[in-house]
Amino acid sequence: MTRYTQPTTFYTKEHEWVTVHNDLATVGITHYAENQLGDIVFVELPDVGAEFSTGDDMAVVESVKAASDVYAPIAGKVVEVNPVLADKPETVNESPREKGWFCVLEIKDGAEIAKLMDEEAYKAFCEGL
Amino acid sequence: MSDQTTENLKRTPLYDVHVEHGAKLVPFAGYEMPVQYPMGVKDEHLWTREKAGLFDVSHMGPCFLSLEDGIGGGDEAHAKIAALVETLVPSDIAGLKEGQARLTVLLNEDGGILDDLIITRPIGEAAQGSLYIVVNGAVKDADWALFERSFQGKAVLTRADDRILFALQGPKAVDVMSDFFPGCEDLKFMHHMPFELNGTSCIVSRCGYTGEDGFEVLVKPEAGLPLVKEMLTDERVQPIGLGARDSLRLEAGLCLYGHDMDPTRDPVEADLAWVIQKVRRERADFPGADRILKARAEGPAEKRVGIRPLERAPAREGTMIEVGGEPVGIVTSGGFGPSVDHPVAMGYVRSDLAEPGTKIDLMVRGKARPAEVVSLPFVPHNYKR
Repeated sequence: MTRYTQPTTFYTKEHEWVTVHNDLATVGITHYAENQLGDIVFVELPDVGAEFSTGDDMAVVESVKAASDVYAPIAGKVVEVNPVLADKPETVNESPREKGWFCVLEIKDGAEIAKLMDEEAYKAFCEGL
Repeated sequence: MSDQTTENLKRTPLYDVHVEHGAKLVPFAGYEMPVQYPMGVKDEHLWTREKAGLFDVSHMGPCFLSLEDGIGGGDEAHAKIAALVETLVPSDIAGLKEGQARLTVLLNEDGGILDDLIITRPIGEAAQGSLYIVVNGAVKDADWALFERSFQGKAVLTRADDRILFALQGPKAVDVMSDFFPGCEDLKFMHHMPFELNGTSCIVSRCGYTGEDGFEVLVKPEAGLPLVKEMLTDERVQPIGLGARDSLRLEAGLCLYGHDMDPTRDPVEADLAWVIQKVRRERADFPGADRILKARAEGPAEKRVGIRPLERAPAREGTMIEVGGEPVGIVTSGGFGPSVDHPVAMGYVRSDLAEPGTKIDLMVRGKARPAEVVSLPFVPHNYKR
């Protein structure tokens, strides 16, 4: 498995970001996603210890308008969730790439990372929307 | 969104104004309507509660119903048109004063709610024998077909949904409106006045769907378009989309047709028994009167209530309500209330659980979330009585 000794960020077509560092992946949603959702009023995070396959419903983001699912970008086991989001869900709007992270996954299959988009590819993907 | 879903959609005369203001447009009731503007749902909601929000509601169903043998003729003509309409609604239309409006419901033969609508009696002897009626956009064709079937040979229906119907809502609405329609500030809640605007007649009503003081204006596009554009240059006014319209009406405890009421619910269950005035109860001459009056006397099996989730997770429409693991009801509208800063909902529960303070569970994504039955509205109404 490739070792990402420096944190490296990848993206999905569902507008999640995945920052990979060694065998852990921190996951959140992108600025594009939070902007589309609008004012976020609640985030339902997974339980620590929960295991997901790629594409499973992992979290739910509720805006004033509607509820939206967040899918597991890669397979893995949840080792940590962001404690800030319980009381301050708006952090996702204010700082989607930093303070508004959702959870940390223990990566099950490092080969999955290669299927994700890098920053340049994601930027091009968003411009095409 | 594919082209297929948008190609048959209609546009209101204010479509270009929405686009100019950066609206995000969605299909709604057969129209391409603004769901939000760049300001965002939450800030549009808060703006309306503090200042003045302008809503395009031209997708709705304004119409006029007039006696076939002509209008004019004062009270006698009003009594005649009212008697026709009262065969379909349980409210006292005959008893309306000139200029007065009333919320009512259109009933099927079983007393189920086909729509909610506002019926207004015009001002002036020459206009008697006609009524100004606004029905919901999503069901206007069905409502109008029912009117035409029911009143054939007796009254003529004139659709007015080619015009602009807009609402200006919020505490600053009256100041803005009185610049354009001097004298409208004297109107009381649920009353209207006719105005002339650049030689075109229009109708200004003091009513709305936000719980705030405000007005609705029906005006032809040639006069209405410049009016709306000018109003939107006022620093107190912002255009407001359907997203905030929904959160505003939900906080105000107001029903959304097709969600909080439908043909399976009668007005008593829907907690709208107040639309049936005493004179109509005594005559018991409206569709489904047996069921409705029985429900009123004995209490309905289920009742519409306000619901306050006690945690931060909103409960959306369709969420099941349980007590002790038993299903006892369903959420019919739910979301987040920006003014009260917590989730808000409405729904139907078994009548014995309808008392404010009753603890219930909302089954959100398989988890029981604690909630409480509360009295409506979530925010006090600011109507000018």
